[in-house]
Amino acid sequence: MKGNEAIAEAAIRCGVDGYFGYPITPQSEIMETLMLLRPWETTGMVVLQAESEIASINMVYGGAGCGKKVMTTSSSPGVSLMQEGLTYLAGAELPCVVVNVVRGGPGLGTIQPAQSDYFQSTKGGGHGDYNLIVLAPSSVQEMADFVELAFDLAFKYRNPAMILTDGMIGQMMEKVEMKPFKPRWTNEEIEQLSPWSTTGKSAARERNIITSVELDPLAFETFNKKLQAKYRKMEQEEVRFETFECDDAEYLLVAYGSSARICQKSVQLLRAKGIKAGLLRPITLFPFPTKQIAELAGQVKGILSVELSAGQMVEDVRLAVNGKVKVEHYGRMGGMVHSPEEVVEALEKKIIGG
Amino acid sequence: MSIEIKDIIKPENLVYQKSSLLTDRVMHYCPGCSHGVVNRLIAEVIEELGIQNETIGVTPVGCSVLLYNYIDVDWHEAAHGRAPAVGTGIKRLRPDRYVFTYQGDGDLAAIGTAETIHACNRGENIVMIFINNGIYGMTGGQMAPTTLQGMNTSTSPFGRDLARDGNPLKMTEIVAQLPGTCYVTRQAVHTAAAVRKTKKALFKAFENQKLNKGTSFVEVVSTCSSGWKLTPVQSNKWMEENMFPYYPLGDLKDK
Ligand SMILES: Cc1ncc(C[n+]2csc(CCOP(=O)(O)OP(=O)(O)O)c2C)c(N)n1
Ligand code: SF4
Repeated sequence: MKGNEAIAEAAIRCGVDGYFGYPITPQSEIMETLMLLRPWETTGMVVLQAESEIASINMVYGGAGCGKKVMTTSSSPGVSLMQEGLTYLAGAELPCVVVNVVRGGPGLGTIQPAQSDYFQSTKGGGHGDYNLIVLAPSSVQEMADFVELAFDLAFKYRNPAMILTDGMIGQMMEKVEMKPFKPRWTNEEIEQLSPWSTTGKSAARERNIITSVELDPLAFETFNKKLQAKYRKMEQEEVRFETFECDDAEYLLVAYGSSARICQKSVQLLRAKGIKAGLLRPITLFPFPTKQIAELAGQVKGILSVELSAGQMVEDVRLAVNGKVKVEHYGRMGGMVHSPEEVVEALEKKIIGG
Repeated sequence: MSIEIKDIIKPENLVYQKSSLLTDRVMHYCPGCSHGVVNRLIAEVIEELGIQNETIGVTPVGCSVLLYNYIDVDWHEAAHGRAPAVGTGIKRLRPDRYVFTYQGDGDLAAIGTAETIHACNRGENIVMIFINNGIYGMTGGQMAPTTLQGMNTSTSPFGRDLARDGNPLKMTEIVAQLPGTCYVTRQAVHTAAAVRKTKKALFKAFENQKLNKGTSFVEVVSTCSSGWKLTPVQSNKWMEENMFPYYPLGDLKDK
């Protein structure tokens, strides 16, 4: 099935309670698939087309505050509109999942794949000091698996989680092994699992308030410190990545999502030429595999960060490497996709020869 | 035999008491502000309907942002203008709960126009309470979409100019046109009689929700003595003379 369809199917299977969305290419199949599957008749999952991405993310805010598993999906221009909602969700410490099937920007841009929303996704995106948990699938199988993983992490940390992908993975057809159906949480389970949620005030507890307002600056600084501690804990415990041919690598490619698939081929081409190249694929973009890249920087002679952008993740790679070896960026932009050969050439020119 | 105060303060003499849903927090509203009266009425209606444990409220960005401090139910604080979308999310996932939104005119009729119209158009089974004081109270008295022609505000210091600023927006008339709304009314809280009518309207709105009838929309034409730079008494008079002719009180729709 297609990557977008896998997201829809996985959402129903992992017991999602609600989906709110607004059509935009290249991800409209997600809501279309949900509407065809009619999960409200089987699992009871709510699916609603909102009037805008601003509305859908705020519907998510409403559902998430009730302790429900709710999600939305969109593509770059729509995710820009969701930034207000996302900072409120992070500020109110609400779990939810947002899928961004990225397309080339800026502006209305193109519907072709891109990775140019890395900064927006991994550095907060809206106003204030906050982070999203960001997962980057590189196969249709991971599109399916990461829906549940994203919800698990979102609820573990009471923080919005994003699946950052692009039209290439969204539209690509691959075989997928689907997990068995899990029942949705009952309202009673939610009261146990998420005692902070607005389930209707019972006599047994104080009223629950979902809010991000705090007028006392000292109290708000304390709250901000708590948020930061949460992000530091994610950096300690939730980093996920994959390596390919790194054991004896002398040159390292760092790439995520669709670009990582291309780079895997580039590594094979380089090795066939006698160049010992390896690939590190960050699976979590926040938290970023800083430590692992720093370790590899002690082993390799140079690193090429390969992204479908003007060079965004490369900044995090450079921070990790901290000047130990040369780090350069390579990538096509605006919906153009680099070939494995172009990556080989870039490594040879920018790192080996440079 | 002389009557002392302790002879009067007895349960059997009680004619009125504070709703048990109102917390002891001192309200932050200015003297003469309608917000406090409407907050109290909401608490009373929820209490009298016995739905405290089944109600979830949504507060706006505006002077009533901290409304959740005053009424003892579960709350969501929404981003500016987004309360109807937040209320939609809550109600769709908890149809067994009473959900209401509470918004000022800037929140509901400017930045949140789309969310308001579409929630009403879908007929979300919620109560929407709309405090129309013709001004942005919280940010210091700027022009609102509902500011009257010629009315002075800090961003229309020489009066609202229709050629430049457009006409004051009658949001309540707009949502009354939409098939999704079941009850649309415009009330006020400037006299004891008006307060009673508003309370009745709120009762009906919450009861409609129980009957799954669609969106109930209750506008309360309100005073903002600070923004209008008038005393509380002058504010009521000014509202009667200027706001009511443009925003006439009464039911616009009841089906
Ligand atoms: C996105 C955004 N824009 C602007 C503001 C600033 N702001 C806060 S309250 C408000 C208007 C409030 O007016 P109204 O909704 O009429 O409520 P009132 O204070 O009069 O009760 C504005 C513009 C904000 N908080 N968020
Ligand atoms: S500024 Fe106006 S609306 Fe706000 S509390 Fe004061 S009187 Fe009420």
